[in-house]
Amino acid sequence: MWSYLVRRIFQALFTLLIITVLCFLLTRFSGDPLAQYATNPRMSAADKEALIERLGLNDPLHVQYFKWLGLAVQGNLGNSFFAKQPVSEMIMQRLPNTLILMLTAEFFTILFALILGIISAVKQYSFIDNLITMFSFIGFSVPIFFSALGLMLIFAVQFKAWGWPYLPTGAAVWNKSDPVEYIRNLILPVSALVLVSTAGYSRFVRTSILEVLGLDYIRTARAKGLHDRAVLFKHALRNAALPLVTIVGLDIPFLLGGAIVTESIYSWPGMGRLFWEYAQRSDYPVVLGVLLVISTAVVFLTIVTDVIYTFVDPRIKLG
Amino acid sequence: MATDIASLDNPVLGLESASKPLTPGQLIWRRFLKHRMAVAGMISFACLLLFILGGSLVVSKQQANAVDLQVRLSAPSQEFLMGTDDTGRDIFARIIHGGQISLFVGAVSVIISVTLGTLIGGLSGYFGGWVDTILMRFTESMLSNPQLFLLIVLGKFIGRNITTINIFGITVSGSVLIVICVIGLTSWMALARIVRANVLSLKELDYVSVSKSLGSSELRIFFRHLIPNTMGVIIVATTLGLAGSILSEAYVSFLGLGIQPPTASWGNMLTAAQTFVQQGSWWMWVFPSTFIVLTILSVNLMGDGLRDAFDPRSNRHM
Repeated sequence: MWSYLVRRIFQALFTLLIITVLCFLLTRFSGDPLAQYATNPRMSAADKEALIERLGLNDPLHVQYFKWLGLAVQGNLGNSFFAKQPVSEMIMQRLPNTLILMLTAEFFTILFALILGIISAVKQYSFIDNLITMFSFIGFSVPIFFSALGLMLIFAVQFKAWGWPYLPTGAAVWNKSDPVEYIRNLILPVSALVLVSTAGYSRFVRTSILEVLGLDYIRTARAKGLHDRAVLFKHALRNAALPLVTIVGLDIPFLLGGAIVTESIYSWPGMGRLFWEYAQRSDYPVVLGVLLVISTAVVFLTIVTDVIYTFVDPRIKLG
Repeated sequence: MATDIASLDNPVLGLESASKPLTPGQLIWRRFLKHRMAVAGMISFACLLLFILGGSLVVSKQQANAVDLQVRLSAPSQEFLMGTDDTGRDIFARIIHGGQISLFVGAVSVIISVTLGTLIGGLSGYFGGWVDTILMRFTESMLSNPQLFLLIVLGKFIGRNITTINIFGITVSGSVLIVICVIGLTSWMALARIVRANVLSLKELDYVSVSKSLGSSELRIFFRHLIPNTMGVIIVATTLGLAGSILSEAYVSFLGLGIQPPTASWGNMLTAAQTFVQQGSWWMWVFPSTFIVLTILSVNLMGDGLRDAFDPRSNRHM
């Protein structure tokens, strides 16, 4: 177990090193980070040269990389060129918004996926199973901007036009005196995300329940006269939910990144929009910082998920 | 003559034509045809292709890109079947020409990603050792960031400086090529892992050691034995990957980093829709997104059918 863990952690560090090199090279050359000064009349060419020199943008590439890495290891992700703020501060400002949006969405996704998956597994091949299957196939094929714009069109634009109570189209700011407004702002983006991601999860739940229902111990439970509901909830669901734990565990770190498209459509001030806004400005410290936070979380939570899984399912041995 | 020999082989049954065994390909095809949803997907995909390719004979590209501010944002009517966008371009015509671009981008980028995934996964599984370590850590590091983030970073990295290029007599704008590369380079990882796992188990089989003892070169074993035997996985991944690539194109173009107007694509038609939906121009959103969803749905259905057809065991949970 311990040797396995140590080996995995070394592997993870190696992976992270590759990630930093890759992301540094890609983001460093994704445009001119000082383009905002190009149109500034008060800035002479000599001033710009001095600025580039001061920011170390003329140093050899490996020097720039190791400088950045050295600071990043200490938790300093550098300063944004545009906002002139420390990147780690900017990320910490946005992270709560993203987590509220994504965790709410993930919660409802899992809830609906369990309900739909259980119904369609228990009533396999029935009309309702076919209906759920059809919807999940459509959900699979729907891009998030389809559901996001569609919901906005119906519940914000048309409802307003018809004079019905309508939902706001975005721009949420947390305000202690008015939490209701914040929640109203949350409804549409969360629904858009849930609509799209429930599909995959519910298929998964269905398959894994069907697999468990075919096993011997379920037949034994039925044979001893247990009620169908007891078999399903006490015996089948527990084992069927195990693979779901892994899938959710592997998805959670990606939630940190937020949802670029959903956040842009609903002007939600989260990580996805932070990334997208600063990627457009070629402000590479911010872009790099966001990527590093996400990938570090992904790499380490993968290990954590694997380890937790051995506790939940004793059949699995780490080698 | 061939049938005579076959009936000699099987004198008891004496069923000349019926005894002819089906090839694996025919068996897969039969299983695919039994899958009703997959056949529905195939038919609807064929209809979409017919509409997009046939439509371009009726509606020219100039019509699709023609700006007429006097009729901007007009609702669907006899003249404009699907209405017009914010610069007065005919959405019906743009759906047809944008669809060609979207499908072209999807198809070419999936070829790139499948080639990369097969090669990287195959080499990693076959050679093992440090080749495997390096390639798999690289794959993992690519997988550690959400694909849309990678698409954006890579799209910015390659830049938009590539001008219009002429390939096989078709003029393709630079942005199309960039999008193809970006999608191809960011979607090979899942397949690489599957191919690697497959090759790892295949290379231990007897026929590989036989081939080796007969003096086959590593290259021959790799391309003649290992890769053809993972073909099922690769074909399924290609189909599902096509849906993924069309979706990715829609995402990057939607964000404004992908295909640049006036060239239409289903994704970039929705960029402007984002603003005008709030003012009630529903047709700018409804038509392009319906076509995207229909296309991806039919490709996914075909992919699902193919997966079941290649793997008879999976029929249990159909």
